[in-house]
Amino acid sequence: MLPIEAYLVLSAVLFTLGALGVLVRQNPIIIFMSIELMLNSANLAFVAFARLHGQIDGQIFVFFVMAVAAAEVAVGLALIVTIFQARHSINLDRLNSLKG
Amino acid sequence: MPADINASILAILPVIVLAAWASILLLIDLFFLRKRPGVTSALTALGLLVSLGLVLVRYPQTSSAFGGMITVDRFANFQNLLLLSSGLVGVALAHDYLKRLHLLRGEYYVLLMFSLTGMMLMGMASDLIIVFLGLELLSIPLYVLAGIAIPRPNSAEAALKYFLLGAFSSGFVVYGIALVYGAAASTGFREIIAAVNNGLANPLWLLLGAALILIGLGFKVALVPFHMWVPDAYHGAPTAVTAFMAVGAKAAGFAALLRLFVLVFPSLAQDLMPVFWTLAALTMTLGNVVAIAQSNIKRLLAYSSIAHAGYIIMALVPFGQVGIASEVVGSVLFYLVAYAFTSFAAWAVVIALEQNDETGLNLEDYAGLGRKYPALAAAMAVAMLSFTGIPPTLGFFGKFYLFRTVIQGGFIGLALIGVLTSLVSAYYYLRVVVIMYMRPGEPVVRQNVWLQITALGSAAVVVLLSVFAQPALTWVAQAILQLL
Repeated sequence: MLPIEAYLVLSAVLFTLGALGVLVRQNPIIIFMSIELMLNSANLAFVAFARLHGQIDGQIFVFFVMAVAAAEVAVGLALIVTIFQARHSINLDRLNSLKG
Repeated sequence: MPADINASILAILPVIVLAAWASILLLIDLFFLRKRPGVTSALTALGLLVSLGLVLVRYPQTSSAFGGMITVDRFANFQNLLLLSSGLVGVALAHDYLKRLHLLRGEYYVLLMFSLTGMMLMGMASDLIIVFLGLELLSIPLYVLAGIAIPRPNSAEAALKYFLLGAFSSGFVVYGIALVYGAAASTGFREIIAAVNNGLANPLWLLLGAALILIGLGFKVALVPFHMWVPDAYHGAPTAVTAFMAVGAKAAGFAALLRLFVLVFPSLAQDLMPVFWTLAALTMTLGNVVAIAQSNIKRLLAYSSIAHAGYIIMALVPFGQVGIASEVVGSVLFYLVAYAFTSFAAWAVVIALEQNDETGLNLEDYAGLGRKYPALAAAMAVAMLSFTGIPPTLGFFGKFYLFRTVIQGGFIGLALIGVLTSLVSAYYYLRVVVIMYMRPGEPVVRQNVWLQITALGSAAVVVLLSVFAQPALTWVAQAILQLL
């Protein structure tokens, strides 16, 4: 079996990739995917820690995170679709009417 | 066990009432009130008042609920009073505003109540799970509220930016919680403290986790450099939503920060204190300096809210000094009250001057307000003086207590930065007053009784409460954090 550190390193790498993706990408859907990557890297860390401590608490937390992520998807995709219908583009470069 | 559950339910009854009422109201609105949205706002206000009454009835009592996941102490009750008042103001401001924007949607009020339940839970949380759920419950309805004026392009842009940055920040919070859980083998505050005190917690994971949670909550309360969504979200969102968001979300975020860092992580002060110091200095400076360049009142108030977050986080810099913990909590709560009522007055005036096509938001549109509408102009002037921190307003005493706490903590340099940036802020706040009273103009104002009541009532509270600042602070300082 892999040592617990392997899972933690993987989750840290995924988290970093997700955060970088949010910062460099311009398409809201890709940004949103990166955010999901961040949340799921945290889930991986939770499960790994639960295993390390021999507890179930971490696994329960994962369910909460998944439920919340689903709620965020519902709101986020609805927003993106509405904006696409109004503007025929969702690129963040073109969403720049607010300035100052 | 049943008795325990009953006590738990009783402890969070104000939150339950609010959530249940919101769910019921959603259905009532859907089936009976589609054509009469005025009734929805009245029913919402009723629900908020019932919840407020329940908080007041049990105000001095403290209890622990749901196996220690929730702590209802004086701090939580005080927070709940503040949040519910901000909810009432959100309803009062929206009543006429939504009507003239043709946004007659009952969802506004329902989402506002759901968001409030999240805010209230954050102040009561004694477990990182509740902190996370409260944070999301407050944020997700706010994303929708920011976009409730879609197809207005500004509202859509505000909602999308707020949503993306908000979800990004919850990623940080969740990962931080995961690391703290890894370090302490529990998400309960009591267990984390015990693990830290017994030296069982992995110090690196704990520090990293706390830092990530700080980043995530820093987004929510708009600390520089996590503030970039604030001007756009505040500007693009419907103004009534902005007013609610500016007070409620900030108060809830600071409640969670206070409970976490003063109560759970004081042992990390050695490492995190410089981070807090830098965040406070950056936030105060950037918020105030950039606000000078703004010509749109909503953006000006957005940057001003960033600056005020900087002042509040400044009082959190000595969070590890156990001796002045009650001063830290007391001065932050007192400042939140001052900031809340000042903001209510300012935003009510902004809504009164805003036209249906999103004009009337430039500073020039305020010219002549002092002559034509002296009452509204006076409310705005009081708000601006209070934001600057000029007596006799609540803002002055709020800042005074903040600076006193910071100096007691031994951070004289930081207090100096705070005073200097306050001087800078006087330029743009007083410019609004000068434009209102000195320049001739024909402002177009929407007369509405609820707007007037909110503006004048909040301004009156800001002035009158400053007369009783000392007893008020003593009362607020009793709102200590407890670990039951």
